[in-house]
Amino acid sequence: MAIKDYIRERFFPHIWCPGCGHGTVLNSLLRTVSQLGMSRNEIVMVSGIGCSSRISGYVDFHTLHTLHGRALAFATGVKLSRPELNLIVPMGDGDALAIGGNHFIHAARRNIDLTAIVMNNRIYGMTGGQYSPLSGHGTLATTAPYTNIDYAFDTVELATAAGASFVARSTTYHVQQLAKILKQAILHEGFSVVEVLTQCPTYFGRKNRLGSAADMMEDYKNNTTPIGSKAKKENPDLIERGVFVQKEIPEYCSEYDKIIERAMKGK
Amino acid sequence: MKTENIKFIQGNEACVEGALYAGLDFFAGYPITPSTEIAELLSRRLPQKGGKFIQMEDEIASMSAIIGASLTGSKVMTATSGPGFSLMQEALGYAIMTEIPCVIVNVQRGGPSTGIPTHVSQGDVNQTRWGTHGDHAIVALTASNHQDVFETTVEAFNISETYRTPVVLLYDEVVGHMRERLRVPETGELPLAERLRTSVSEGVDYHPYLPREDGRLPMSDFGGVHRYNVTGLFHDMWGFPSDNPKVVHGLLRHLVDKIQNNVNQIARFKEFYLEDAECILISYGSSARSARHVVEYLRPRGERIGLLELQTLWPFPHDIVNEKCANAKYMVVVEMNMGQILREVKRAVKNPERVFLANRIDGVFIAPRDIRDILRIIQGKGV
Repeated sequence: MAIKDYIRERFFPHIWCPGCGHGTVLNSLLRTVSQLGMSRNEIVMVSGIGCSSRISGYVDFHTLHTLHGRALAFATGVKLSRPELNLIVPMGDGDALAIGGNHFIHAARRNIDLTAIVMNNRIYGMTGGQYSPLSGHGTLATTAPYTNIDYAFDTVELATAAGASFVARSTTYHVQQLAKILKQAILHEGFSVVEVLTQCPTYFGRKNRLGSAADMMEDYKNNTTPIGSKAKKENPDLIERGVFVQKEIPEYCSEYDKIIERAMKGK
Repeated sequence: MKTENIKFIQGNEACVEGALYAGLDFFAGYPITPSTEIAELLSRRLPQKGGKFIQMEDEIASMSAIIGASLTGSKVMTATSGPGFSLMQEALGYAIMTEIPCVIVNVQRGGPSTGIPTHVSQGDVNQTRWGTHGDHAIVALTASNHQDVFETTVEAFNISETYRTPVVLLYDEVVGHMRERLRVPETGELPLAERLRTSVSEGVDYHPYLPREDGRLPMSDFGGVHRYNVTGLFHDMWGFPSDNPKVVHGLLRHLVDKIQNNVNQIARFKEFYLEDAECILISYGSSARSARHVVEYLRPRGERIGLLELQTLWPFPHDIVNEKCANAKYMVVVEMNMGQILREVKRAVKNPERVFLANRIDGVFIAPRDIRDILRIIQGKGV
């Protein structure tokens, strides 16, 4: 199916600012879904609150725009109730890891088959540029006018430690890699986390003097490197891209099917 | 009568039996006293019928999960008590806004805060009405004995599906933990309301949030042939966010009117000796047991006293209360809080100065003697 057939043109134009990276994520995601030949009726997209979460309005799937931070909890209910559906859960960094941090680690621990996409722009965009748990020490934000003294989570390490069975990272600059990773994540049976570095030129970029959207994307090119590369050894500050974790462990809904079998046998 | 249908169980178990009778498919919850038995029992019973049980990481997640599950067509429930109910308020508002059927059991304990977890209270009545932000309507039912717990639980599912609204079952610790007899009705004995699903066929525009003339919204299950958007933002007939003043006004009116226009249909109550009663006790939940006892004790002693037992607390049946109390000289509201239903009764009757309160707020169940003692004081005031 053509990409155009996966979007709700009725609801465009979208709300994102010029230069925002979220459109690139939407583009990569739809290309992936198209490549996989998935039916629109078998996909449920659940999102929370924030710029990134508005993505669910634009796609022609079953879409559930929920509460700030709770997308994974709603998605868990949908998935466990109807395990045959494919659940895609895009979230912002504040949505996923501040207010939704608890749901994030517990969804990972359960290994329920959801595809969580953390669209990391290091800022609360919709409310106008406050620091997020991924902004990082030394950054500036409207709530950190002197400097931010909060240290950032590493999404990949957090997801890995919490037990996610698929963990990956890419950026809006590396669209080919991003689409490939999203494909693997959707096909993976279990909880998968894809962190996407996505630029917010309007707030994070402007506050931290990072230049235009194109400059910020160029930074993704220059400041990231494939996992385990020679460049990483030479420059430990580089951010690694690629698939960090991919392991086959029992998925939650399949395990629950076994519970039903036992219960029905009366054991 | 089949003896296997007779059980000697806790109120929490009666609630579970009622939920399963109503067709519960999915439960998400988090342990909290005094509601935990509901989760424990359902973790055993639901998979036996192919249903799903999940213990979530908190009550916020529990409430969120049941809403998600309901959208796929499941009948859903969660159970909690005060602190957990507080955590559920935001998602409760989401279910109201998105009109997703779900049942929330709150087995009340004493608050505020952690309060007095193993003791009884009816202090969450007004939280149930106004706990989530914004103008809205809500349905809350309660009961004083296990047969009624069973029936109100079934009714909660029926109302929830009929009006596409969350329904709160506002039980209390005494009803939840007390053991007494329950007769489980035969299949078909109690009516069950099934979800109204859209008849719009595939390929034809389905407007998920365009009410029919009767105000009802036929649903389409997530995973079915109609794909649509669900959002907690004000939304148009497509379910897409809108800040058009007409859309905002229309949706808010619809959410409130669909409940308020059906107050008398939703109202459940029982009456005892009201015909000639000069004094009417008004009570609900476990305190109605003591109130009933007082009435049965004083009637043979010549007192013209009656009981109006409310089973629907929200929407409050003002007209019914007014009508039932029309000929009484005075009314005494018996409840275990500082007068939450008292206020509604005063608003309902034509002589609010003749409405008194008999209550306990110390975590101790209000006994018939407590009520009689308070009645003597009230009568001493010259009523």
